[in-house]
Amino acid sequence: MTTVVSARTSTMAQALNAALRDAMQADPTVHVLGEDVGRLGGVFRITDGLTAEFGPDRCLDTPLAEAGILGTAVGMAMYGLRPVVEMQFDAFAYPALEQLFSHVAKMRNRTAGKLPLPITVRVPYGGGIGGVEHHSDSSEAYYVQTPGLHVVTPATVADAYGLLREAIASDDPVVFLEPKRLYWGKAEWDPSATVEPIGRAVLRRTGRSAVLVTYGPSLPVCLEAAEAAKAEGWDLAVLDLRSLVPFDEETACEIVRSVGRAVVVHEATGFAGPGAEIAARLTEKCFHHLAAPVLRVTGFDIPYPAPMLEHHHLPGVDRILDAVARLQWEE
Amino acid sequence: MTVLDHRHQTAAVPGWQPGATGPRTDPAPLLPDDSPVRVLGTPALEKTDPALLRELYRRLVVGRRYNQQATVLTKQGRLAVYPATTGQEACEVAAAMALQEQDWLFPSYRDTLAVVARGVDPLEALTLLRGNAHTGYDPRATRTAPLSTPLATQAPHAVGLAHAARLAGDPVVALAMLGDGGTSEGDFHEALNFAAVLNAPVVFLVQNNGYAISVPLTQQSAAPSLAHKAVGYGMPGRLVDGNDAPAVHAVLTEAFERARSGGGPTLVEALTYRVEAHTNADDATRYRQDDEVAAWREHDPILLMERHLRPLGILDDTLVQEAADEAEALAARMRAEFHAEPELDPMSLFAHVYAEPTPQLREQAAQLAAELAAEAEVHH
Ligand SMILES: Cc1ncc(C[n+]2csc(CCOP(=O)(O)OP(=O)(O)O)c2C)c(N)n1
Repeated sequence: MTTVVSARTSTMAQALNAALRDAMQADPTVHVLGEDVGRLGGVFRITDGLTAEFGPDRCLDTPLAEAGILGTAVGMAMYGLRPVVEMQFDAFAYPALEQLFSHVAKMRNRTAGKLPLPITVRVPYGGGIGGVEHHSDSSEAYYVQTPGLHVVTPATVADAYGLLREAIASDDPVVFLEPKRLYWGKAEWDPSATVEPIGRAVLRRTGRSAVLVTYGPSLPVCLEAAEAAKAEGWDLAVLDLRSLVPFDEETACEIVRSVGRAVVVHEATGFAGPGAEIAARLTEKCFHHLAAPVLRVTGFDIPYPAPMLEHHHLPGVDRILDAVARLQWEE
Repeated sequence: MTVLDHRHQTAAVPGWQPGATGPRTDPAPLLPDDSPVRVLGTPALEKTDPALLRELYRRLVVGRRYNQQATVLTKQGRLAVYPATTGQEACEVAAAMALQEQDWLFPSYRDTLAVVARGVDPLEALTLLRGNAHTGYDPRATRTAPLSTPLATQAPHAVGLAHAARLAGDPVVALAMLGDGGTSEGDFHEALNFAAVLNAPVVFLVQNNGYAISVPLTQQSAAPSLAHKAVGYGMPGRLVDGNDAPAVHAVLTEAFERARSGGGPTLVEALTYRVEAHTNADDATRYRQDDEVAAWREHDPILLMERHLRPLGILDDTLVQEAADEAEALAARMRAEFHAEPELDPMSLFAHVYAEPTPQLREQAAQLAAELAAEAEVHH
């Protein structure tokens, strides 16, 4: 097989755009719909040029109504299309939650497999962009609590492309969480290279002292923390989960067992957040290999703060290193 | 005068185009008539195909018996719950008959009779309400969406399916069935708006049966009629006597034809009455008077047919007997089928959550399998 497209350098936003374009080219049943996705190309430009290239039927500017958008996508999927829905912002996906929870997540199950819904719901999420209220939520806990949904979140440019292609190809609904603050980060990546599938975690950095278990917008923070930790004499591994559902317990347990210490890091609020589930599972499955309780570094249990205060809320390098310091190093 | 005052379109605003933001459609043709459409007892009856009238009558009688038998099954514990359409059979039956083979039905939880009238076996149509599974029929094979319990949430699905069918060039119409209470839900409004904007071949049938559980229409809506709501979205609203089966059939057929030929969506409000309580678990005497029910019993869909078709000779004793026999046969079949214990497979709990179970679901399935094996051991 010859590689037609070679490595390129782009932002995550451009990689997502390429994924949509390539998916639409490869499969005429892929339809994009959402608010401002047409002429404008979406407020983050993820759908830039799609209407021009594929026409307004394939990339549709809808009326402003999130439940209507997702509900319409359900009907389209029932008729054999593969809709990709854009929710403009995390907190503006909430009007669509009833459709998501009561229908999208359940349709396969309530029809005993007769009516799977291959819908991708793209949600730009998370903080760190100086957004005002309702533009910075980390709403993943709501989604991972709902059986029937896959919950995927890329943290690298290559994954943004690869995981979105996979999400669109999936016969199950996927909530595809795009870390807003990573949209504009550039990296070299190869569109023809395959990435690990949805459901596999990837070790982004090996280490022998402890492992930081993370995903999405917190990956770069964890990698930075691991760098800084060297000065303290800690050699930290960093595990990128890539999907919260399915949760790659096997890979996570393997690394936690081998290093014996773990910190789960995410932006979402801590109380009953994804970290609570992950820490509980790692403790249940790796108890005899643990030298310390699994700790969590998360957003505070507060409504997302005003932009000038958000840096106090978001898990940063220092807070991660403080947690690592509490992993009972004294023998 | 400000630029926002679009009724005075002379404002010198750059790019301002009179009409572009003003009303785009003449609302008059969209408005429902003042009185509901009727066929029985009007000259329209003479022009209606007698074969259709007989078929409607037959199905009404069978439908009534279906409602009665299903209610009895709840008393015997064979159905977990049953929301009856007693008194509303004309809407249920006419809707199913007006649909063509390739069309899709999006029923609410109350509309199992429409599903049965479409040809789905009662055992399969009532699976949800029996409690052995969520959906008993194959939605694709029957072109009937699962019964929707969250109110009005099926309406946007109908729009999306109709939209997709239109893009594919298929002559498919979708019918979303709702109650009067459901028209207050956001999904109803969003669906109507999407349908009109997309010009989707979809029809919304609202059965205004007077109550949403206990809440009367006066507390549900201050609109002149529910059909008037259509106008705000730019589609026609039609008001029909929901107990006049040929009238419902005619209005729906016209709306379907309009949709099928590219004319866009229609909202139909059918005036009817929920003769029974909300479900077998409800006590309707807490919120309405017996004389109100009695008045509507006089306007019963089957009675109306008998009253108007007998004198014309379209309905005779033979047909009455045939319909009664068919109704009894259905009831007997329901009794027999529902008295047999359903076969349940606990492992099916994990079979259809995802195309492939997650590692965690595999583990939980293994746990349940082990529990079942241990249970079987004890029983031996
Ligand atoms: C979203 C939602 N809210 C509340 C309910 C509970 N509920 C079930 S039926 C019903 C009344 C519905 O009334 P209407 O739409 O008029 O339909 P009808 O029962 O008269 O057929 C209510 C409140 C529900 N099923 N879904």
